[in-house]
Amino acid sequence: MSDPAHDPRPLRDPAELDDPLSTAEVRQETMVINMGPQHPSTHGVLRLLLELDGETILSCRPIVGYLHTGIEKNTEYRTWQQGVAFVTRADYLSPFFNEVAYCLAVERLLGITAPPRAQVLRVLFCELNRIASHLVWLATAGMELGAISVMLYGFREREQILDLFEAATGLRMNHSYVRIGGVVMDLPGDGLQRVEGLLRMLPGRIGEYETLLSRNPIWLERNVGVGRLPAEDALRWGVTGPILRAAGDPRDVRKDEPYCGYETYEFDVPVREDADCYARFEVRIEEMKQSLRIVEQCVERLREPGPVMIEDPKLRWPAQLEVGPDGIGNSSAYVRHIMEESMEALIHHFKMVTEGIGVPEGEVYQPVESPRGELGYYVVSDGGHRPYRVRIRDPSFVNLQAVPQMMEGGLVADAIAVISSVDPVMGGVDR
Amino acid sequence: MRPDELAERVRPRYPDVLVARGEAIAVVERDRIREALEELRADQEVRLDFLSDLTAADWPGRAPRFWLSYGMYSMEHRHRLRVKVGLPGEDPRIDSVVPLYPTADWLEREVFDLYGIVFEGHPDLRRILMPEGWEGHPLRKTEELGGVNTRYRGTFVPPVDRRIP
Repeated sequence: MSDPAHDPRPLRDPAELDDPLSTAEVRQETMVINMGPQHPSTHGVLRLLLELDGETILSCRPIVGYLHTGIEKNTEYRTWQQGVAFVTRADYLSPFFNEVAYCLAVERLLGITAPPRAQVLRVLFCELNRIASHLVWLATAGMELGAISVMLYGFREREQILDLFEAATGLRMNHSYVRIGGVVMDLPGDGLQRVEGLLRMLPGRIGEYETLLSRNPIWLERNVGVGRLPAEDALRWGVTGPILRAAGDPRDVRKDEPYCGYETYEFDVPVREDADCYARFEVRIEEMKQSLRIVEQCVERLREPGPVMIEDPKLRWPAQLEVGPDGIGNSSAYVRHIMEESMEALIHHFKMVTEGIGVPEGEVYQPVESPRGELGYYVVSDGGHRPYRVRIRDPSFVNLQAVPQMMEGGLVADAIAVISSVDPVMGGVDR
Repeated sequence: MRPDELAERVRPRYPDVLVARGEAIAVVERDRIREALEELRADQEVRLDFLSDLTAADWPGRAPRFWLSYGMYSMEHRHRLRVKVGLPGEDPRIDSVVPLYPTADWLEREVFDLYGIVFEGHPDLRRILMPEGWEGHPLRKTEELGGVNTRYRGTFVPPVDRRIP
């Protein structure tokens, strides 16, 4: 691999060239190409402006913003409860993390904590979501680097996890399952058996991916030594998550600033020293195994029943949900209660739906460890019934800034490996 | 350090510091932001060496109108301090902290894009999320919201702040 920064030959003005067809002279010209925003291997609408010297990347400029949907602004005009339905759509591969971080922030403003069972359910779904998200990363990274079978396997297993999500929340993605004060409803009757089924199936499958890839010469050739980002540079660029841990820094919000009772679970934080794409692959595979360990502990804790939402009628959603003739909604018994039996209940319901809850004035910053790093919610309340400001510190957005450093000087084919190892989700980047 | 210990530790230099909801928050004057972040990083016991977040909030009708908040974190001591700076509504500008923290590059561009706050000395202060030709700064509270024209009988769906709930 030639290093353009140390190429001793001076760049010449093409107009001065005697023979424009001589390859030696053409070698001096650089080419600027646009990769994206529509390109199958840029993980959504990421655009990279690459300056190439032959096959070597001289400079790279990531351009974002094509998926900006104004989620932060939108939350300012909705009630606090409705905020959940917006933030879950930011990083669409890790919806539970967005919901948990937002709800934890609002709960801290309110000065409440969700009941223990709700916290276990949050941890359970977050960790399953982490596995599902890493499976998408594995699948797409495999596809982009020529390992098509891994793509099929990754999406196959992810779909099984999403089936559980659908059974428990009604939706494969964008669940709005975590609510202020707990979660919207308990697991369905066969929920734990389903989770146990995943626990039986996934360890073997994750082992299969390792067998497929970790000694695969093409995979090694494409990943080992590619896209290096040492820890000190990662920190300068604000990079967190698997990329930082693959560079030797064991930073993990779950360990350093625990939330939802993570300090009571046993799990390890996988760390590698090589800081290249392959180290990130190893870290993510290991993280999936650690997540399974946490899920096992969650299953044990979920054997005892308990409330999944706080009791305070001024804060909790008044109805239980159930599936009716036109989809999921308030239970028919509850609708009968407010429509036919109790005027006070109807008034209360009306206030909760139209006005929402009030949140005391103040501001908090709540970080959680998403599959891509530190996901932080900075939530400001002016004491009203709507959020005054909801800021999403999305790890993909910050991590993308380090991409030029990882790419420059490498080959154009490495750009693909680098992008997939960063695992950006544009829904989170652009919000 | 716990938030209250951290607050006590920085109080001699930054008297406007408080602990609220388990978080330490220090208010710094606009002209001293770069110096303050440098100091907080150099102090070995505080060692806030990681800029995890940089954002703003808009309070029209108050002085100062804008509040910038720098989410500082210590990788060594694993503690947090939020450094806040108030900016006036008229011509809000502040020194860029990109020379200290390269990660501030996109974060400052985002605040510039969405709030119109100018970061002096930023290497490339352009819009990042909104299209290049966009007018206005969408996250300002004074920004007018747009509705949606539909094809259904020429109906106009009013913006969310003008809808009857």
